[in-house]
Amino acid sequence: MLELRPIFDAIGEFLNSILPEFWVTIVSAFGTGAIILGVASVFVLFFVWWERKVSAHMQQRYGPMRTGWHGWLQTIADGVKLLQKEDLIPRDADKLVYLFAPVVCFVAAFLAYVTIPFGEGLIVQDLNIGILYIIAITTFTVVSLLMAGWASHNKWSLLGGMRSAAQIISYEVPLSLSLIGVIMIAETLSMVSIVVQQEGWFWNWYVFRQPLGFIVYYIAATAEANRTPFDIPEAEQELVAGYNVEYSGMKWAMFFFAEYINMLTISAIAVTLFFGGWHAPAPFLDFIPSWIWFVGKCLLSVFVLMWFRWTYPRVRVDQLMAFAWKFMLPLAFVNIILTGFGIYLF
Amino acid sequence: MSVKQLRTEEMLINMGPQHPSTHGVCKLVIKMDGEEVKYIQPHVGFLHRSIEKIAENRNYPQFVPYTDRIDYCASMNANHAYVVAAEKLGDVEIPERAEYLRVIMAELNRIASHLVWLATFTIDLGAVTPFLYAFREREDILDLFEMTCGQRLTYNYMTIGGVGWDIPKEFEPKLRQFLKIFPSRIDDYEDLLTNNPIFLHRTKGVGVLPKETAYEYSVSGPSLRGSGVKWDIRKAEPYSIYDKFDFDIPIGTEGDAWDRYKVRLQELRESAKIVEQAIDGLPGGDFKKKVPLTWKPPEGEVFCRIEAPRGEMAYHIISDGTPKPYRMKIRTASFCNLQVLPIIGVNHMIADLVAIFGSLDIILPEVDR
Repeated sequence: MLELRPIFDAIGEFLNSILPEFWVTIVSAFGTGAIILGVASVFVLFFVWWERKVSAHMQQRYGPMRTGWHGWLQTIADGVKLLQKEDLIPRDADKLVYLFAPVVCFVAAFLAYVTIPFGEGLIVQDLNIGILYIIAITTFTVVSLLMAGWASHNKWSLLGGMRSAAQIISYEVPLSLSLIGVIMIAETLSMVSIVVQQEGWFWNWYVFRQPLGFIVYYIAATAEANRTPFDIPEAEQELVAGYNVEYSGMKWAMFFFAEYINMLTISAIAVTLFFGGWHAPAPFLDFIPSWIWFVGKCLLSVFVLMWFRWTYPRVRVDQLMAFAWKFMLPLAFVNIILTGFGIYLF
Repeated sequence: MSVKQLRTEEMLINMGPQHPSTHGVCKLVIKMDGEEVKYIQPHVGFLHRSIEKIAENRNYPQFVPYTDRIDYCASMNANHAYVVAAEKLGDVEIPERAEYLRVIMAELNRIASHLVWLATFTIDLGAVTPFLYAFREREDILDLFEMTCGQRLTYNYMTIGGVGWDIPKEFEPKLRQFLKIFPSRIDDYEDLLTNNPIFLHRTKGVGVLPKETAYEYSVSGPSLRGSGVKWDIRKAEPYSIYDKFDFDIPIGTEGDAWDRYKVRLQELRESAKIVEQAIDGLPGGDFKKKVPLTWKPPEGEVFCRIEAPRGEMAYHIISDGTPKPYRMKIRTASFCNLQVLPIIGVNHMIADLVAIFGSLDIILPEVDR
C-alpha cells in the first residue's frame, strides 16, 4: 500500500510522455542520484545525532539536549558551523591530491548504493555482478585515505594513511571470502535475486544457513568502515586524528560523512545478504511496506556497530593484522568448505 | 629501481606537547621505524612554575595552597605531604581528630586520583565509556570535598596544625553511602575491562618494568608495586596514623601494564577499606591547633615522605629559624617514574607507548613543579 515503487513508475511514465528517450535517461540518472544523495544525507544526519545519543545514554549522560527536541537539530547546527569554518590547506601539502582526497572518499562511499535494494523494486540498477561491484567500489575508500594521509604532509597523517591501507586491504580478503558462501547457495551475484531467494519465514534468511559467514563478514566490515575496535587509522590517542588530522571545515565533514555512509553501507549489505533484505520476518507481516523493513533492519545493525564502538578498547595494529590473516581468513575458508559440503550433501 | 636504492630512514616525530594522550604538556621526541618506536626522549618543563623557589618567599602556612598545584589530581595528598613535613620540622602535635580527617581525605583523594587514572588509561586504549563511569564515582568524592572545604580541585584543606575546616554533618551519611556502592562499581569496571580480550591483549606483557630497573630509577608507588615490590610508605614507615588501620598492599608479578592496572584497582578497594575504618573510629574534639601565620620552626632540616597516589612524595625543608624556609626541595613520584619510560617504552608499537605512558600514571605538574 505504501510501497514506493509505483510512485517512481508513475514518475517514469510521466517523463516518458513528455520527453524524448535520451533526456529521460539523463533526467532519471540525475534524479536517482539526487534522491540517493538526499536519503543518505538524511541518514547521516540522523546517525550522527543517534550515535551521540546512544553513546551518551550508555555513559549515563544526556548528549545534545539544547538544539531542538532532545537535540535533534544538533547535527544541522554542526554542519552550519563546519560550512563557516576557515578552509585551511597546509603550506607543504600536495594541493591537488589534498583537495581530491575527500571527494574520492565521498564518491566511493556513495557509489555502493547503486546496487543496494532499499525495498521491493527500489534499486538503481540490479547489476548481475552486484556483490562483486560493491566489494570493488567500497575498497576504493582506501585510495582516498592514502591520498589524504600522503598529501597532508604531516607525519601523523602519513602513519594513519599507511595504517588504513594495510588494514582495509587485509580485511578485504576475509570480507570477500565470507560472502562467497552466500553466493554459492544463491548461485547468483545479483542483489535482488539473493533477496528474492530469502522470501517467506525468517528461517529462510541466509544468516541461518551461513552463521559463520555472517560473523566473519560483520567483523571484517567493521574493520572496513574503520569503526572501533578497529579504528586504528584515525586512532585519536595514538595518531591525534590519523589521516584527517590536517583537514578542517567541509573537507573534514566529507570524511566524516563518508564514514557514516559506510556504516549504513555495511549494514545494508548485511541485511541484503544475510537478513532477508526487504522481506518481513513472517509472511503475515507483509502489510508493512518493504522499505520500512529494510531500513529498520539497517538501523538495528547500525545500532550494533555503535554498541561495539562504545564498549570496546581499540586493538593494536599488529594484533589487527594477525587477527585478519591468522583467524579471519582461515575461518572464511572453513566457511567456504563447509558450504561446499553442505551443497554437495543436501 | 633495485631494492638497494630504496632508502629507509627512521621517522622523527614530536609527540606532544599538543597530543591527546600525553596527559598534559609533555613532549616525547620519538624515532619510529614504521610503527615501532626505536627511541624516546621525554622533554619536560612546559609546566614549570618554580614552586620550590616560591616556597622560599612564603611563610610556612602560606605555602599550603601552592602544594595543591603540585598534583592537582591528588591535592589532598600533596597537602598532606607538606604539612606532615612542616609539623615534623616544628614538632607540632596535632589533635587526633585532625589526623583522622586527614587520612579520610587523603584516601578519598587517592581513590579519586586512581579513578582519573583509570579513566584516562582506558581512553588511551580507545575505550571511551569506562572514562565516564570512573568520573561518575569521582564526582561523588568531589561532592564530599566540596561540602567540606568548598573546592573541587585544589582544596587547601590541611593546614599546619590540623585541617582547615571540620566536616559538615551531612558528610558522614553521604560518605557511608558512597562506601556502600563503591565496591560494586569497581566490579563494574572489572566486568568491562578485566576480562575483555582486547584489553588483555593491549596490556599483558606490554611495558614490562623489571624490579631492578625500577630500583635503579627510583620508581615508586603503584608502578613499583606492579613489578612485585612490596613497598608502601604507609606500611614501611607509617606517618600520620596509618599504623592504626588494617589494609593490604597489593602487588603484581610481571611488572607489565596489566599488573599496574590490577594493583591500582586493588588499591581502590584497600583505600575504601581505610576510609571506612577511619570514619568508624573518628574521635571528637578539636580539628586544628592554632598555628600563627608567622610560625617559626626551629633551625634545622627535615626530610619527610608520604605515599601519594603516584608514589613517594617527599619534602626536604631547610629552616634557618625565620618564618620562611631557607630552601625547600620537593621530590615527586612522576618525575622519577617518567624516567623509565624511555627504557620500557622502546621497541614497542606506538599504540603500546601510549598504553605504557598511561599505565605509569604520570601527571605533568608533578614532573615540572
